[in-house]
Amino acid sequence: MTDTVAAASRTGRPIPGAVRRLPEYLAIWVPLLLSAAHLISFALWTIWISFTPSTLVPVSGWVGLRNYTAVLATRNWKIAFDNLLLFGSAFVLLSLVTGLMLAILLDQRIRGENTLRSIFLYPIAVSFVVTGTVWSWLLNPGFGIQKLVHDLGWTSFRFDWLVDRDMAIWTIVIAAIWQSSGFAMALFLAGLRSVDADLVKAAQIDGAGPVRMYRRVILPTLWPITITVIVVQLQFAISTFDLVRALTNGGPGIATQLPALVVYDLMFQRGLLGRGAAAAVLMLLILLAVLLPYAAWRYLQRRRATHA
Amino acid sequence: MRDRTFAPSRMLIYLVVSLVAVAYLVPLIVVVLNSLRSNEEIVQTSMIGWPRQWAFGNYLTAWSDFCVAQTCAGIRPYMLNSALVTIPATIFSTLLGAVAGYAVSLWRFRGDSWIYGVVTLGIFLPQQMRLLPWTIVLRDTGLMNTLTGLVIIHTIQGLSFTTLFCRNYYVAIPQELIRAARVDGAGFFRIFWRIILPLSPPILIVTVIWQFTHIWNEFLYGVTFTTGQQQPVTAALIALSAAVADIPQHGVQSAAVMIAALPTLLIYLIGGKYFVRGLTAGAVK
Repeated sequence: MTDTVAAASRTGRPIPGAVRRLPEYLAIWVPLLLSAAHLISFALWTIWISFTPSTLVPVSGWVGLRNYTAVLATRNWKIAFDNLLLFGSAFVLLSLVTGLMLAILLDQRIRGENTLRSIFLYPIAVSFVVTGTVWSWLLNPGFGIQKLVHDLGWTSFRFDWLVDRDMAIWTIVIAAIWQSSGFAMALFLAGLRSVDADLVKAAQIDGAGPVRMYRRVILPTLWPITITVIVVQLQFAISTFDLVRALTNGGPGIATQLPALVVYDLMFQRGLLGRGAAAAVLMLLILLAVLLPYAAWRYLQRRRATHA
Repeated sequence: MRDRTFAPSRMLIYLVVSLVAVAYLVPLIVVVLNSLRSNEEIVQTSMIGWPRQWAFGNYLTAWSDFCVAQTCAGIRPYMLNSALVTIPATIFSTLLGAVAGYAVSLWRFRGDSWIYGVVTLGIFLPQQMRLLPWTIVLRDTGLMNTLTGLVIIHTIQGLSFTTLFCRNYYVAIPQELIRAARVDGAGFFRIFWRIILPLSPPILIVTVIWQFTHIWNEFLYGVTFTTGQQQPVTAALIALSAAVADIPQHGVQSAAVMIAALPTLLIYLIGGKYFVRGLTAGAVK
């Protein structure tokens, strides 16, 4: 910028401040505006498409809620939604329990804590594609765990959830927990480490044993973290796509269908853009049903903190 | 403390954490072992077993000879694609995010808080809401099925996270420092270069690790906007498992999976502390 000032003084004509500061304005506004504009326009555009009769290409026109009623009426979406409810609640609950249990165990001043923590957390560094592929091998009854147990002599052993319509969704729960319960553990452990030491000491003087200590003193302070973990994990569950593509590809049949797969299928395999967009908006609504109460809760908490 | 170390309850704690640790390691161990077993051996027994003969050749085949969708060049071109997308997109999104985070936290300008609010909404907006618009944008700009297209997508979308990370880090820097520098005549860029950047290494490492891991592991955009030889490695792995459904080649496939997972695993091993910091920073928002 000093160069422009120098150049200006050399020609003898002062460069207006606004022009001189142009590079600065560009650096501030271009990335921020690009990001904000793409978010708003992309979201609005997809919402608009969901109300048009678009099929292979986007067209204008207005069909009201017809795309929505069509999507909601398909068996595909119903199965996807039921799966999301089951997968979402089972995965979130089990990874919470696993994460909390691991965090409490690691908090007992044990040796090798760093190594153990790295082991519980490493799966989050690999992609869902890798996780899904590896678990599809382990859970394949033809050459995975079931085959191993058969070879060991227990021939009546059955572990064929991957090809069982009713149980296949649980294979996704297993893989998802393996991948991300370490995340819950990391957050809980940070929470346990920040529990007020005086509070613990006071409870100890009162003669509280370890179980009572956790139930009455320590765990209640973890509520905010628990809610954060739930919201983050639910957000992941709602948009799950890669993991299912790699693990079951929605099968057997459409038994492990999830909303994100329905969106992809409608948009890029069936060429029904209007319905695909409607399904994407439905996903957004499910997400908002989780995020809006969370945002309200956060807002109330912050207000209470400033008033206190 | 010491006399309690061998109490039965302590032994139980060690037993439980060790068992869980083994369970978490099993998938990794199985893939590593399989990547060193011959395909015949795996077919005869199961995916889980100790190599009878070490088949190191699997890695060579997976790297450069393996066939994915009619092209037999191994996983190498797809690894290269992923690198060519991930490295520039990580650098661009981190640098732009650092400037933007500095602008909204310390420089301050009219409208800074509302535009920052909109940008962070990008953390929540599902990818599915952006798939169709990106399709149109890439088609109209002729960037469909190009790595440049993916770099642009990941740079713009990454801004939501990188701006958030950097902004939350920079708000701790005292505003007086900036004011004093401005009084001395330092401009936007000079302050960024001389004051902000030297303070930034911790947050830049967190941001780079976060962006690299996410972009490397991304699948949906890769599979939607590229085909064939242009695909990143995540999409190629899926194509690969589809290609070998008839003739199982699990030894080579395991080697391919290991190669694809290696960059992010290495980053996790080397920068674990920063990795976890990004994870918690991203969660608490």
